[in-house]
This record gives sequence, C-alpha cells and structure tokens, in this order.
Amino acid sequence: MSLFRHHKKVETNATLLLVLSLGVVAIGGAVEIAPLFYLENTIEKVEGMRPYTPLELEGRNIYVREGCYVCHSQMIRPLRDEVERYGHYSLAVESIYDHPFQWGSKRTGPDLARVGARYSDEWHVDHLTDPRSVVPESIMPTYGFLKKTALKPDSIQAVLIANSRVGVPYTDEMIENAAADMEVQVDPDGDWEEMVARYPKAQVRNFDGQEKLTEMDALVAYLQMLGTLVDFSTFQPSASR
Amino acid sequence: MSKKIKMSDEDYPTTGHDWDGIREYDKPMPRWWLYTFYLTIIFAFGYMIAYPAIPLLKGATPGLLKFSSRGEVQQHIDTVNAQNAEIEAKLLATPLESISADVDLARFATAGGGAVFLTYCAQCHGAGAQGAKGYPNLQDDDWLWGGDLEAIATTVRHGIRNDTDEDTRYSEMPKFGEILESEEITQVAEYVLQISGQDHDGSLATSGKAVFEENCAACHGETALGDREQGAPNLADALWLYGSDRDTITQTITNSRFGVMPAWQTRITDAQIKQVTFYVHQLGGGE
Repeated sequence: MSLFRHHKKVETNATLLLVLSLGVVAIGGAVEIAPLFYLENTIEKVEGMRPYTPLELEGRNIYVREGCYVCHSQMIRPLRDEVERYGHYSLAVESIYDHPFQWGSKRTGPDLARVGARYSDEWHVDHLTDPRSVVPESIMPTYGFLKKTALKPDSIQAVLIANSRVGVPYTDEMIENAAADMEVQVDPDGDWEEMVARYPKAQVRNFDGQEKLTEMDALVAYLQMLGTLVDFSTFQPSASR
Repeated sequence: MSKKIKMSDEDYPTTGHDWDGIREYDKPMPRWWLYTFYLTIIFAFGYMIAYPAIPLLKGATPGLLKFSSRGEVQQHIDTVNAQNAEIEAKLLATPLESISADVDLARFATAGGGAVFLTYCAQCHGAGAQGAKGYPNLQDDDWLWGGDLEAIATTVRHGIRNDTDEDTRYSEMPKFGEILESEEITQVAEYVLQISGQDHDGSLATSGKAVFEENCAACHGETALGDREQGAPNLADALWLYGSDRDTITQTITNSRFGVMPAWQTRITDAQIKQVTFYVHQLGGGE
C-alpha cells in the first residue's frame, strides 16, 4: 500500500497537490494542443481551391442562417457507397475557407458536398420553393421566401473583411470590388470577366430567373459551386490516410 | 492475491482513514474486472502499434498493418470493378442496339442503369421516370430530342442547354412577351388550345393561326407537330411539359421556357452512360 501512503502525502499538502495537478494538465494539454500547430501539414495540396465569390459567400451565410446543416452534411466519407453516390470523398482542403465548416453530423437529406452542377438552376429554385413538386417523398421545409427577399450588396464587403481576418486570403482588390462582384455574378450581360479572373471557375448566370438580385440567387450560386472547385485529375491521394 | 477462502469483513484491511469512528475497507477489485482492465491496456498498446495512431510533424505513425481508410475504400471499389470487369468490357464493346439481344448484358445494363437513374436522374425525372412539371416523363413515347438509343445517349452525355458542354443540345425559345402584342399572345394561345383539342375561343383562334404561322411554325412546324432537331415540343397532342391550361400556355409564350439538363459525361463513366441509356429506353417509350 505504498501508493496510498504517497497519495496521502499529496492530498494533505495543498501546494504539492497544485504543482502536481498543473503537471498533469500540462502533459494532457501538450498532447492535445501541440498537433494543432502542425495542422497545415495535414492539409493536402490541390489545384483549384479559391475563396468564395461574394455571392457564394452570401449564399453560404443564408445556408447557415436557415440551418441547412441540421439536415444536410457536406462531408463525403471514404466509404464505397458514399463515393459511388456522391462522388470523390471530401478532402480537408475543401473546407479550408469555411468559417465555420459545414460538415454536419446528420443526414436527414442527402450530402451536399458535391451537389454543384448536378441539377439545373431551375430545379434548385423549384425544389427550394416546393420540394414536393420535384421529389414527392421529400420532407424538406419550403424556402420560397428567399425568392422574394431582395439581396442588398452593401454589407457584403464587411463579410469579406471578417473572413479575411480569420484567414481567408481575400485580397484588397477582392474586398474593394465585393459589392460589384456580387451583382455582376447574376448578370451574364455585364462585365464579369474581371470577377471571374479574381475567382476562377465562378459561374455567371441569373440563378433564380428573376430580374432582381435575391437571396435565392445567392443560395443557388453557392449550391451550384459546391464541390466543383478541386481538379481531381491532378490529385494524388497520399496513401497513409 | 489472497487464497481462495471466504473471508469475513473483519479479515480485510482498512485504508487507515478514520472519520469519527467510520473506517473504510480496502477490499481488492473483482479479479475478472481487474484482468479485463489489464487486457484492455495491452490491447490499446497493440492497437497503437498496428494502426495509425501517434501524430507526428507530417502525418501520423503508419502502423504495422499499413491501414488507410482511403486505401480501404479504393480496395472495395476495385473489388467490385474487378467482379464486373468482364461484363463491363463486353458492354463497352457492344453497340447500343445489340445490347438487348444478349440476355445477360441486358440484365446487367438494366440493373446498373436503374441504379444510375436513381442516383442522378430521379431528382428531376422522378423515381419512376414519371417526370414533373418542367421535367419530361421518360416512360411515354413523346420525346423532345429523340427517343432512340443514340439520341438518349447523346442527351445523357452532353445534357440540354448546358453551357459547360460544347456539344450540348441547344435551342432557345424567344420571350414573345417582348416581341408580340399582348393581344396577339392571347390569340395564339387560343390557337394552341384549338390544335391541342381543348376548349377555346373560335374567332380568337382563327386570328391566332396567322400569328402562329409567322412566329411559331419555324420551330414547332406548320402543323405544330414539333421538331426534334430543335427540341421543339409537339403542341397538337395532349402531353404537356409545363401544363396545358390557358394561363400556363400564355405564360410559356410570354416568358418562354429554358429547361436545362446537366451533361453527365463528366460525372459518370461511359459504361454507366450506356447502362442508363438502355434503362431509360426500355422503360416503355424507347424507339
């Protein structure tokens, strides 16, 4: 019972107890915190990732606001059935500009990590307005009000600045042109070349089919971009993951 | 450890703690519990050595078994691909028209095509290919762009009005709200109701005929039977993509329609395109 005798020594000596407790917490902390400093090393290099365009970012905010993540995940796990249904398994780098990430933990609806370009814009608008009109067995709520809610581009600059402060590499040029870039993305007849040069692979369309810029435009633009950025033809998975 | 004799409470030592006469026994843990506990510790060390475990500067220790979740999913996919390799090669080598002649191949194509259909097509065309407003029914024999095997395969491969694919099927109906007077739109809508055998206003329809011949016949044809080259629907039958009532027809003429289908060749394999083509073709409407 020698252990008990030492235990008594520790328990009856407040300073010793404090010092030893700190020691234990320090070891535990080091084991859990130290790997976070090497997180960068675990993110694979891929081609094609870029920060969200202002319109997509606004759509992402609407996605978060409406709680889409409660029923939809954005994380294709490395399992055969998921890869065959949703596409290539998700990579850490694909969430690199997400603050916070939208991996989700529950799939009442399907995974959305690669939903981009999979359906037409019209389908997304129909489906968000009345899910049952296209998928009779759906239990998704309706979001038709997004089509009626005008989107004002004046606050998007602040959103870009906030994102750049937490590490998203928005350049001064991107931040300066945020509002204009947002409006031009729904205007195929406008001067969108510079916006697309800033955000490669950005899709320029009138997403909701209406003249005015609405929240529906933003959300559909976001959904249509999901999973379309990474060029998997040049991606070599590292074997040790 | 103590011998196997039943001890009374008094035989056990106490921890030596004494609180106002209350003392605490120091009895051993049940042995089965203790040994299980030791086993789990040993197992944990074994697990740590066998599988990836300890995070290092550049990734984790690989573990003796060289397990990787990515390797595992690739292995599962490879296994299934290997099982299908023979019949898939045969499918790729067989022209679309000849698939139905080979019972095994037809069964493979139908089953695989059904799975592809439910994964990618059902969201718009419906789980039973029955379609929805704006999304064509694939079970009937009314085809916008053609219903033979080659035509279906082209549609699947390149999509419709899809700006990401150069060979996509493309046509664009003008918004006649910007071209015609609202009076003319009313007239031509009545004419469309007439030729499709619905209730209509006879005199308006008569004047609508002239409007139709001038504006619509170029694509939909003199007799309004449609033109598959341009995906222009037949307006003289009872099958409607967006609806046959007066309001819907007026809306279609005024704002036009622009149905888009994704190009699937970038997402699914050639074998899957063949499978889903065969599946859709055999649903009932294939030509």
